Amino acid sequence: MTRVLAIPDQAIVDPITIFPEVCTGCNLCLHVCPVDLFLPNAEKGGPPLVLYPGECWYEGSCVDICPEPGAIVLNRPPAMRVNWKPRAECRPRS
Amino acid sequence: MHDAVEWPYPVEWDKTEEIDTDVLVIGGGASGCFAAMGAASRGARVVLWEKAATMTSGAMGSGCDHWEMAATNPCSHVTPEELADAMIRGHRGYNNGISHYIEARESYDRLLDLERYGAKIRDTDDEFKGADFRDDETKFMFAYDYVNRFTLRVWGTTFKRAMYRGAKIMRAQVVDRTMGAGLLTEGGRMGARVVGAVAINGRTGKFTVCRAKAVVFCMSRPTRLWLFAPGATGISEFRPPQCTGDGHAMAWRVGGSFTMLEKSLRGEWSGLRSFPPYSTGNNHNTWYACTMIDAEGRQIPWLDRDGNELKTVAERYRPAPGQKFYMKGGGEPDFPFYEFQGPETMPVEEAVKRGYKLPFYADLTSMPETERRVIWGMMVGNEGKTRTPVYAAYNKAGFDPSRDALQSYGDGWRSGQFLPQERQFFGIPGGMVNDWRLMTNLEGLFAAGDVLFASDCVGHAAATGHYAGRHAADYAAAHGSVALHQPQVEAERARLFGPLKRHSGLSWQALAEAITRVMQNYCGAVKSDDLLHEGLRGLEDLKEASKSLVARNPHDLLRAQETLNVLTNAELVIHSCLARKASSHQLQFVRLDYPEMDPPEWHRFVTVWKDESGVRNGSLPIDYYGSLTENYERHNQDYIRQGRA
Repeated sequence: MTRVLAIPDQAIVDPITIFPEVCTGCNLCLHVCPVDLFLPNAEKGGPPLVLYPGECWYEGSCVDICPEPGAIVLNRPPAMRVNWKPRAECRPRS
Repeated sequence: MHDAVEWPYPVEWDKTEEIDTDVLVIGGGASGCFAAMGAASRGARVVLWEKAATMTSGAMGSGCDHWEMAATNPCSHVTPEELADAMIRGHRGYNNGISHYIEARESYDRLLDLERYGAKIRDTDDEFKGADFRDDETKFMFAYDYVNRFTLRVWGTTFKRAMYRGAKIMRAQVVDRTMGAGLLTEGGRMGARVVGAVAINGRTGKFTVCRAKAVVFCMSRPTRLWLFAPGATGISEFRPPQCTGDGHAMAWRVGGSFTMLEKSLRGEWSGLRSFPPYSTGNNHNTWYACTMIDAEGRQIPWLDRDGNELKTVAERYRPAPGQKFYMKGGGEPDFPFYEFQGPETMPVEEAVKRGYKLPFYADLTSMPETERRVIWGMMVGNEGKTRTPVYAAYNKAGFDPSRDALQSYGDGWRSGQFLPQERQFFGIPGGMVNDWRLMTNLEGLFAAGDVLFASDCVGHAAATGHYAGRHAADYAAAHGSVALHQPQVEAERARLFGPLKRHSGLSWQALAEAITRVMQNYCGAVKSDDLLHEGLRGLEDLKEASKSLVARNPHDLLRAQETLNVLTNAELVIHSCLARKASSHQLQFVRLDYPEMDPPEWHRFVTVWKDESGVRNGSLPIDYYGSLTENYERHNQDYIRQGRA
């Protein structure tokens, strides 16, 4: 049989950062991700690989289930950053 | 960015697993989990296939903040009949009377099921004691119409796990990462009884063949027909990317009958073309009824249905004088319908005309304290896509709802602007035609949630799922299983695994993008027979091109099969558009060649299906389901005898 490979998708987004020094490689994120965008690390205990970042729906179940605070972070795409300001600054311009 | 890696899972695409069950549920979202529980409650052996991960997947997998149409909750002041009637008349008849009556009658029962399996449906921590929207005896919390109390505020981030737990406690065999990919029919014939289905595993590629006495379809509505975001495919649409309407495509191939798929809306939400729902300054749904201010801090007036300005926040949550109740959120008509119309802020254009300065902001700072906490807290903290990416992220970045105003984009509801040809199935779109058992025109095939025509939200999905599961189990008990037609199994295997056999060719992303081009060009805001036929020719070209679709591994194969389903659904939608030779305001369906709006002879459901001779169409009277109460009670005596509904 020919080798079966996974090639990372050509994403314009970078939804997930895993911090390898915090991640224990428990793979819970990988089990709950609805789009299955992670692959397990070939090295036991290593952090999962984010192989299909473009498929992320940004719902955050990976972050919610992670038992190690700070091991995994969901990054909002720059195009989705919104503005807020103190209510007191909404006043007549003059 | 990683380099290419060796596929880490066992490769099993040359293996076949054969299974046998009473009821096969395909799709493990809200409707699928409840279908499994409903079928199991009648003693059936149940297998559930979920393409993703049942614990978290489906359109509401990561949460929800409302539970609609709970007419039978002890605090409700409306009846199931009143709510279903409002749903039907509010949409000028173009609605699923059966499924929404089931929702009104049973969605509260499903909430109690969820509570039994560990979900939070009451303010048991007394966080909102004494608030206008809380019933201090039951600790239920309500949204919108605080007088009539039929929409509950819920802690929906606890729901999917409870559903998963419930399905497992009821001994359904839940199989994740397994995509139901094709239906099997008696003798392999189109339009015949459904006797099983085939699936592929998205990690191993294993092919599973299931013989079942009944099948329940619990998949999503079609998506990505007009909208696709290359490079950010996961946020192409409002619903999650794995919701591609696989059920519609599977049923269409074997003769399933559909209605209302000619209805589509100008885009309202996608991830990349707009901000995510409820992540910006807003006063609808999750954010109802937040105060909106202009850039200079002046409040945008709230108006009642007669245009009278409301003076207090409390009035936004009450029907107008002389009005029994109003509809908002799930059940809200697509177009204002005076009888059920609720309070609204002045339209943006009107406000600008009167001198209010853009941009506008949502102002939680001036809301009563409990309203502020329930919106920015419970609601944003539990809605589907807002817990982590919005609530947690904005809090971390310093957003303070008692100090800050959150900017609004677009008209404060859609949070983005779309072109007329960028369309979407939103509100209550088309789907499979059903009878009072939620059985489709195909014997043995039942439908729930978004597979049904005129579906909307989670309460509908849960209620119709349980109901379809019960009736599928009854059907299975009355009918034996039928031997599978092996040539059909082999044809499905060849169709499904083709992309793995090629080493180079078309990517699923390229095909997905091309489909939206055809749909935008030929099935956009304005339709005509000539354009629609041109569209069918465009889809034929894509079908030819898709013969070179390539997949390197089981993950890619799933994405390729989803995209082929999108292509099939595009064909189904164009045929649906061709079948209605009249324009309709309610269906947001504009024909250049039949410009008269809503001629009375077309006030009916147009149906489309395929048989051996090609595409057929027919119609059903707009009230084909007959008396709601009588028919419901005739078909559900056992359920009623158990003291439910």
